[in-house]
This record gives sequence, structure tokens and C-alpha cells, in this order.
Amino acid sequence: METVVGILNYLVFFAITACVYSVLTLGLNVQWGYTGLFNIGVAGFYAVGAYTSALVSGPPPGTLDWRMFGGWGLPFPIGFLSAGVVAALLALLLGWITIRLKEDYLAIASIGIAEVIRLLIKNEAWLTNGVWGLKNIPSPLFHPVQSGVEVFLAAHPQLPPWLAQLARGAYNWVYLAGLLAVVGMLYWVLERGLRSPWGRVLRAIRDDERAAAAQGKNVAAFKLQAFVLGSGIMGLAGSLYAHYARYLSVEKFEPFYGTFIVWVMLVAGGSGNNRGAILGAFLVWGLWAGTDFLTEYLPLSDVQASALRVVLVGLLLIGVLLLRPRGVVGEQRFVSRLFKA
Amino acid sequence: MLAVHGLSKRFGGLWAVRDCSLTVAQGSITGLIGPNGAGKTTLFHLISGFYRPDRGRVEFAGRDITGLPPHRLFHLGLYRTFQIPRVFPEMTVVENLMLVPAGQAGERLWTTLLRPRLVSRQERALRARAEEVLDFTGLSEVATSPAGALSGGQKKLLELARALMASPKLVLLDEPGAGVNPTLMKRLAARIRELALTFGVTVFLIEHDMDLVMGLCDPVIVMSEGRVLTQGSPEQVRADPRVIDAYLGGQYAVA
Repeated sequence: METVVGILNYLVFFAITACVYSVLTLGLNVQWGYTGLFNIGVAGFYAVGAYTSALVSGPPPGTLDWRMFGGWGLPFPIGFLSAGVVAALLALLLGWITIRLKEDYLAIASIGIAEVIRLLIKNEAWLTNGVWGLKNIPSPLFHPVQSGVEVFLAAHPQLPPWLAQLARGAYNWVYLAGLLAVVGMLYWVLERGLRSPWGRVLRAIRDDERAAAAQGKNVAAFKLQAFVLGSGIMGLAGSLYAHYARYLSVEKFEPFYGTFIVWVMLVAGGSGNNRGAILGAFLVWGLWAGTDFLTEYLPLSDVQASALRVVLVGLLLIGVLLLRPRGVVGEQRFVSRLFKA
Repeated sequence: MLAVHGLSKRFGGLWAVRDCSLTVAQGSITGLIGPNGAGKTTLFHLISGFYRPDRGRVEFAGRDITGLPPHRLFHLGLYRTFQIPRVFPEMTVVENLMLVPAGQAGERLWTTLLRPRLVSRQERALRARAEEVLDFTGLSEVATSPAGALSGGQKKLLELARALMASPKLVLLDEPGAGVNPTLMKRLAARIRELALTFGVTVFLIEHDMDLVMGLCDPVIVMSEGRVLTQGSPEQVRADPRVIDAYLGGQYAVA
């Protein structure tokens, strides 16, 4: 029974990570899936969101902390929203400069800004505590839930061990429930926003920018809106990660985890389809987590094992693109959800 | 309706359009012909804001529109189609049409989210109008197909249908008949004529199909080497030896 609970607790942990990635893929889907914006600096907006939330809602600098800034300890919702706003503002600035240019320039600018952000986090210890990272980021509702569990366990000393073990993991269930609610709401808002004349203009721009301009659409303005919205969502994902992990360090925002895998998720799941974006996040993260177990049973060094995992993700991507070029669930053709036939 | 004054555009060392002046009268179907490389499409790009002229001025409905971006010109009532049809391939045909009209409240994200009923009402009206236009252009059967799956001729018709959805004052049609089979061509010509007569849209079109031009357009403007060579009724133009020279390359012999 304890093993079952252990697996269950692991699945909750897995689902939490996959949900955070779902938020990232939903953000990227607005940019790439709907508008055709080639943002290969996802990690930058993700990191900005994570650090913003940690600085706004986290504790003030402790001992051995080089920060001279932040740690205002404001409630989680404020940290969460400011993560989205700051990431969106960054996108506004970057987009303002580059979005009128051809798409290649946005790609280069976005990958550049992600690297700049990563290096800033690493080196500007007065703001981010540099390589020492940010510790003790509070998880929302952690103490009420945990003390509730303690009271429950004290009141029921005769509980079977597996049930006690399950109770001790209660907070993760709460966090997962909150995450599912966020993903659900985001999905609902995006579906409604994108299956509308607004989304129709975005898809037209993705299909043919010049033709969209000939239909009277201000292409630069719409592209900027999609870029800012998508990047804001990526910022929210950063906050959701920070308050679960409770510790931030720069390695989590390297291009592989922050950008590459998000792209694989979206393309494999189905770019241009929000359900595909979420499905892709669970699928690819499942494969990634699964290969961790797999490589344990193979006689490989750690370095070889992690290289093999990357190869396996690459194989998955190639396989999906060969068998289902539009992703597992491709884009749906529709007129408009708001229009009832 | 449209007046072009001394318009010039250079690509490297080549003047694609050089000191070109012409006018298009309101309510007319004006044809623009000339040999390949005469600068017809470049002229359209200059008028419709896709290229910036190096020199010269474009006036539309009494207003200087030189250098305005395409989306602004659309809102002033100037619409253009493309020589190689530029439909939105991943979108359905009916969506291609519903996209076009200006003033859609649902094009603002917050209106879509906060006022779904208003957007829904507008969408119903748009759909009804799109269906009329589909009927008019004979595309009803393919309404829900992705536009990328249409034949070349159908794409041309879709371009024309989008022009109808835009309800412009002036429409620039870049080779509406190219690649269209003879049956579709008859329908196309009839629709263009109706566009001008019934809907009061001024039409300015580039075409290589002489039957279409001679049957449809008056006046006809002839371009050669980036300038206007001559203009007049179809009969005058057809009889003009300079036009035949231009098509046969005679101008080089003179030079």
C-alpha cells in the first residue's frame, strides 16, 4: 500500500510540473500556433515571471543573501499577477522594437533577450542573489494546509501508515488543484478569445501577413498584442513554478528546459490547438520523466543517461512529425465558436 | 477617383515605374495593359501602399495617399487583389470572407471576452453577408473547405469575393483572369461588370487576356517601360501602332 501511495504522490508531483508546462505551451500557442511569431526565448519570459513573483511575494534578504532589493512578502496573488505584468511589459518593449521587422529578427531578438536575462540573473546578485539562488519562497496556503494535516494526524494516532503518508502529501494535492483551476481558466479564456474575430485576424496574419494587411488589418498591432499576451502567460507560468519549487536558481531557465522542451511539447501536441498544447505538455513531460526511470536500468553514466533522454525526446518529435505532421491533435477548422449555426 | 502624378520607383539601376501619370475616373472600369515588365504590378504596389515610391504622388478621392500603409488605404476605401492569389490557406473560405469587413467589435480581445453577445450578433450578420457574396461568386459549395484546397481559378474568385466584402470605393484587380478557365472567365467578367454597375465600385484592372480587357474596360491605359504609352477606348488602343510595337518590342528598334 505504501508503494501505491508513493506512486500516487509521484504522479501528483508529475502533474504539477506538467501543468506548469501547460501554461507555457498555452502562451507559446498564442504566439506561434495562432500568430506565427517565432519566439525562441520562452525561457526568458518564464524566468522573469518566476523571479518577479519571488521578489514580490518572497521573504526579505536573509543572512548570506546579497540582495539589496525585493522580498516584500506580499500575498501570492499579487506576486502571481505581477509576474504576468512584468513579463508582458518586457514583451511590449522587445516587440515594439522588433515586431515590424521580418520574423527572423524576432527569433534572434527573443533568443538574445533570454540569454541576457539568464546572465543578468546569474551575475546581478543585488537583485537576484546570483548563483546562490532565491530560497524560502512561500507556497500559498502551505501553513494552513500543513497545520491542518498535523492536527488531523495528532487526533488520529491509529491511522494506517499509508493513510498517514497520503495525508502528509496533502499540500501537493491542494497545489495541483489550484494549478488545474488556473490551466482550466486560462484554457477557457484563450478559447473564447481566439475563436473570435480577434483570433481570426491572428490566424490570417500567420497564414499571409501581406494579405492580412490588404484586408485592412494593422498587422504590427495584432502581432504585438499576441506577443505581449503570450509572454505574459509565460510569466504566470514562472510564478506557478517558483511558488511550488520554493527555490529558484538560474539552471532552471537554461534554453533546454525553458524553451526547447516547450517547443517540442507544442509541436508534438498540436500547434494551433489549445487542447493539443496541454496534451503535448503532459505527453512530452511524461516521456521525459519516464526516460528517467528507463535510464536507471541501463548501464550508463549520468552524463550518458541524460544525453540519451534528449535523444529520446528528439526521436519522439521526429516520430510525431512523420506520422502526424500537424501534431497529435491538429488545428481544427471552424467558423467561429460565437456563431451558432 | 484616383490620380497618379509622376510616380517613380527604382530597383537598383532599373526604373520599374518612371514618371508615370494617369487618372482613373469614378465609376469606370479602367484597364491597364502592357508587355511583361512594363511596371503594371509595381504601379499597383505603389498605389496600394506595398511599395514606397521614390518620387511622385498618389491622390485618392481628393486626398494625398502617397506612402500610406495598406491597412490605412483599406479603411479609406481602396482595395487591391493579388496577381498570384493570396488567400489564407489554413482558414475556411467563409472565414476568409468574414475576416475582411472593417469595424468588427470582436477584433478587440477585451470586447470578445466581455461582450460576447455583441460579437455574436455581428458575426451572424457577417456570416449572412459572406453567404450572399459566396452565392454571387458561385463559391457556396466550397464555403467550409480550407481556402488552400481551392483550384487556382476558385482562388481568383475568392480574391474577388473578398473585394466585395470590403465594399471599397476603388478596387485594383491584378490579373483577375490569369489561370482561370474559359467558363469561369465568363462568370468573372460578368461579376466585375456588376461590381461596377450595380455596386458602384470603380475598377482598375491589369489583364493580359485581350478578350476580357476589350469586352470589359473603357478606357484602356497602355504602359510600357514604366510609363504610360497611350490611353483611349479599346478600339483606339487596338488600332494604335505604338501599342503593337510595344508588345512586339519595337520600342527597342527605335531607340
